Amino acid sequence: MTLLRPRSAAEALKLYAQSPGALPLAGGTDFMVAWNAGLANDRVVLDLAGLEAWRRIAATKTTITIGALATHADIQRHTAVRRHLPLLVEACAMVGGLQIQNRGTLGGNIANASPAGDTFPPLAVYDAEVELASARGRRRVPFGSVFAGVKKTVLEPGELIAAIHVPVPRRPTRALWRKVGTRAAQAISKTMAAGLLWLARDGTIAELRFALGSMAPTVRRLASVEAHVKGRRPDRELAREAAALVARDVAPIDDIRSTAEYRLAVSQNLLASFLTRET
Amino acid sequence: MTRLTVNGKRLELDADPSMPLLWVLREELRLTGTRFGCGMSLCGACTIHLDGEAVRSCVTPLSAAEGRHVTTIEGLSPGVSSAVQRAWIAEEVPQCGYCQSGQIMCAAVLLREKPQPSDADIDDAMSGNLCRCGTYQRIRKAIHRAAKDIAGEKA
Repeated sequence: MTLLRPRSAAEALKLYAQSPGALPLAGGTDFMVAWNAGLANDRVVLDLAGLEAWRRIAATKTTITIGALATHADIQRHTAVRRHLPLLVEACAMVGGLQIQNRGTLGGNIANASPAGDTFPPLAVYDAEVELASARGRRRVPFGSVFAGVKKTVLEPGELIAAIHVPVPRRPTRALWRKVGTRAAQAISKTMAAGLLWLARDGTIAELRFALGSMAPTVRRLASVEAHVKGRRPDRELAREAAALVARDVAPIDDIRSTAEYRLAVSQNLLASFLTRET
Repeated sequence: MTRLTVNGKRLELDADPSMPLLWVLREELRLTGTRFGCGMSLCGACTIHLDGEAVRSCVTPLSAAEGRHVTTIEGLSPGVSSAVQRAWIAEEVPQCGYCQSGQIMCAAVLLREKPQPSDADIDDAMSGNLCRCGTYQRIRKAIHRAAKDIAGEKA
């Protein structure tokens, strides 16, 4: 195995442009499992451990910028993130155990593109943007468009995730994060839901943002549901209608962790109880 | 060459920088208190401290420790480790003992961050450390005992 060890972002992007087949290494919580299994021997690896600047989290009045190499523990500790993005904090606290949260990075989590990425539903409802950097320059991609499929992203050869930008949301009327797994700790999710709801003064729904994870090849915002509930009262009838629309926006499957039927039923219940405030 | 500090000792190591710290510690430095459990980041037996934070050494490459402080079970600070170790002995925590150095490394971080942890704090912090003998109840009791002991020492 060849390990490239850049000392700065500029050097990393230059090296990656020269070796676009290299595998970027952040926290290593996934990749090092392959190392131990002897599956990494022939790889060229771009080690990002020297890029301290990409670990920073910065907050302005309007935006929170999370460096791609910020760990799940860094995110949970940051004051502005705790105040404005509580769903992301809760999700980070449920990723693996303490030891994984101390090493695993947000950028690595996104680049890995698992359908069960715990941080994805919160980032989807917070309308995050992913900043991609290469030797050619930088570009931003809406969070929902960064994934191309199971374990696939739209990153081009030589491109790295530099940061995640999250607009500071106005305070929602209510918010939801739920991870449903086999056990409370260290479980990979069967389904996950993140929701933000704003009610107008007259009690009707001004805006709903609702995202599901582990329910499709990539995280999904429920576009049909979000559009349907706008301007309506969040009562039981609306909850029933919204639940019936969930299947339009997702495509759950049977796999080793759960069944499509269970996943859909649980997701519908989570949405319905969130709308009627029964969670 | 990778420069790092292990249990207070400055070292320069000529090992493969991609090698997991677990193997650097056990094979190169002969610090065998850190255990190989699964090699898949699932069990926590290989838990060490990197700059004071609990990490799994089986999935932490040597390069990640460049310029940093690594602490293993052999190098826990005398104050905390003696309280934790006394509590572990008093509660007769280990059965087979294989996972216990990882358990103690995680418990030491918990007691530093939350000197008086609740049951929920303990379950939360220790969820990344599996024990096939099922010593979880005794681990919980021992952490409460160590917390009392440390508070008593300070008072």
